[in-house]
Amino acid sequence: MSMPRLLAEGILKSALTEPAPDLAELGVAFEAAARRRLGRSLSIRQVDAGSCNGCELEIHALSNAYYDLERFGLRFVASPRHADVLLVTGPVTLNMREALERTYAATPAPKWVVAAGACAIDGGLFAGSYACAGSVDKVLTVDIRIPGCPPTPTALLKGLLALMEGAKR
Amino acid sequence: MRWDQVTVDVRGWRQATESLIAGRRTLLGLWGEPNRVHMASRGEDEIAVVSLACPKGSFPSVGARHSPAIRLERAIADLYGLKAEGTLDGRLWLDHGRWTVRHPLGAAARSKGPAPYAFLAAEGESLHQIPVGPVHAGIIEPGHFRFTASGETVVRLEERLGYVHRGLEGLIAGAPLDRAARLAGRASGDSTVAYAVAFARAAEAALGVEAPSRAHWLRGLMAELERLANHLGDIGAICNDAAFALMHAHCAVLREQVLRAADVAFGHRLMMDCVTPGGVAVDLTPAGAEAVRDLVRTVRERFPLLIDLYDDTASLQDRTVGTGIVKAELAAWFGASGYVGRASSGGFDARKAFPYPPYDALEFEVPTRDEGDVNARVWIRIEETRQSLSLIDQILDGLPKGPPTAPLASGAGEGLALVEGFRGDVFIWLRLEPGKVTSAYLRDPSWFQWPLLEAAIEGNIVADFPLCNKSFNCSYAGVDL
Ligand code: SF4
Repeated sequence: MSMPRLLAEGILKSALTEPAPDLAELGVAFEAAARRRLGRSLSIRQVDAGSCNGCELEIHALSNAYYDLERFGLRFVASPRHADVLLVTGPVTLNMREALERTYAATPAPKWVVAAGACAIDGGLFAGSYACAGSVDKVLTVDIRIPGCPPTPTALLKGLLALMEGAKR
Repeated sequence: MRWDQVTVDVRGWRQATESLIAGRRTLLGLWGEPNRVHMASRGEDEIAVVSLACPKGSFPSVGARHSPAIRLERAIADLYGLKAEGTLDGRLWLDHGRWTVRHPLGAAARSKGPAPYAFLAAEGESLHQIPVGPVHAGIIEPGHFRFTASGETVVRLEERLGYVHRGLEGLIAGAPLDRAARLAGRASGDSTVAYAVAFARAAEAALGVEAPSRAHWLRGLMAELERLANHLGDIGAICNDAAFALMHAHCAVLREQVLRAADVAFGHRLMMDCVTPGGVAVDLTPAGAEAVRDLVRTVRERFPLLIDLYDDTASLQDRTVGTGIVKAELAAWFGASGYVGRASSGGFDARKAFPYPPYDALEFEVPTRDEGDVNARVWIRIEETRQSLSLIDQILDGLPKGPPTAPLASGAGEGLALVEGFRGDVFIWLRLEPGKVTSAYLRDPSWFQWPLLEAAIEGNIVADFPLCNKSFNCSYAGVDL
């Protein structure tokens, strides 16, 4: 029976979860007051607007035990109606443009847009295609950009935490 | 791998179609170029490409009699404006009327703008429709699913894809080889290694260059790490969709460890751009090899516990056994590869059927099952995970010394490759001119798996769809391109 063993290990062994990434290098001042405000949470709705799915794989990784996104009060939600943040990937294909705009419209204010990955930031290798708008900021106002192809989970975490700090000031 | 390319007339095209219908050959791909169409198929031990000129802008439909070709023909019509005469489905597929042009890769014309999509009708008393997507509830790729249900039971599912069409083949055409290779590596991010290997092999075939043997072996190492990462992720995600989060949490930890080992060994967690035409971009250092050995040790130790957990949990089995069945005949008709085909009695694996290095020198088995349900697709992944661990051991033990790349001659020609990704066989065909790629065709295994998902869900309850869908884990980006 492996269930009891796995559960017991979960209690007895130390957690895999790693310390929060250092945000100083992003230029985000982390005052004690800002820390306290982390009490509130941000809900994130992810929108794939033409990604190769590489970005999504790393966004998924944020939920694994190493990064454990939820400990920071960040969580993914199923509906834009419950979201504070749209986390957008991909070069915004023209076939997804309207869906992205409608998702944004369905998100209640205040709301923030994160462009994650090279494609979302400037179209990446897909810039100039007949099938792409070319970047998220061609369609929505972008609040923060997280570079990488795909961005690593650590980069994503840093970007989201930075947004959270900024968003609450 | 033996392959031939012949130009045929309409009669030859029809004969090639007949051989698919009769089941003598299996369709590998169907694609266009301006004023030309090509059909690739496989027999026992060779691949053939037949090409037909289309001076009038049309060709005899293959899909009219061989359904696996239907969506491929719709894509050809959208991209090149070449019509399949006699097709039963003339609806647009990739083109949603949102691009600035129609037939972007053929004789481009002005777009007519979006029009409503005519979903297939399902009529009857008390039937209702459930539209889902393109934006889904979870963090997954966009696509639209139209369910027709009678109460809880799905009577019909129709997929509508194309939302993540980025124009990849159009961007590759005209691009220099290195840029084209990076684009190919972004066809489907979870299979970036498989695509990069297929692209490199096709380019090498076109140029008559052989990569050094160390490069072949390192490509094999990357491909098996990719398979391992995806299978571990999938096994956990399938269980999660059956509301068994414990499995998901543990599998996600193992998957993360694979990606970290890949990062140490090759400098990128998903190993993007690590395979290049001519060889590999990153050589393996002793420290990298050690990281991979550590990983194999960890997975060997942890994975059996998880398999027991899967096997012992009756509530989980209750969801996966007998759910979403794909019949063996249907899987064979579609030439479905990967875990979808192998869970339904299909034994095709490009690594065995058309052995390319390093697999021609390695020992491994291709697991198959006959039940065709979600459970069988989980078990194929479990077995393949074990095989991948053994393959990684063999590769690290036998890794040849020597340079990791060979110089590439500049030249012209056509080349193709068939490479086994975690999802099934990836097919790539290229036409090169000195210094650039002039046309490219990338065929994801999901082309022949998506339609089976429509069949698998029939008669199941709507609530089991996420579970079925995850057990297929078809690619959207790889099909939409
Ligand atoms: S940024 Fe890179 S990983 Fe992300 S969608 Fe674009 S190509 Fe894929």
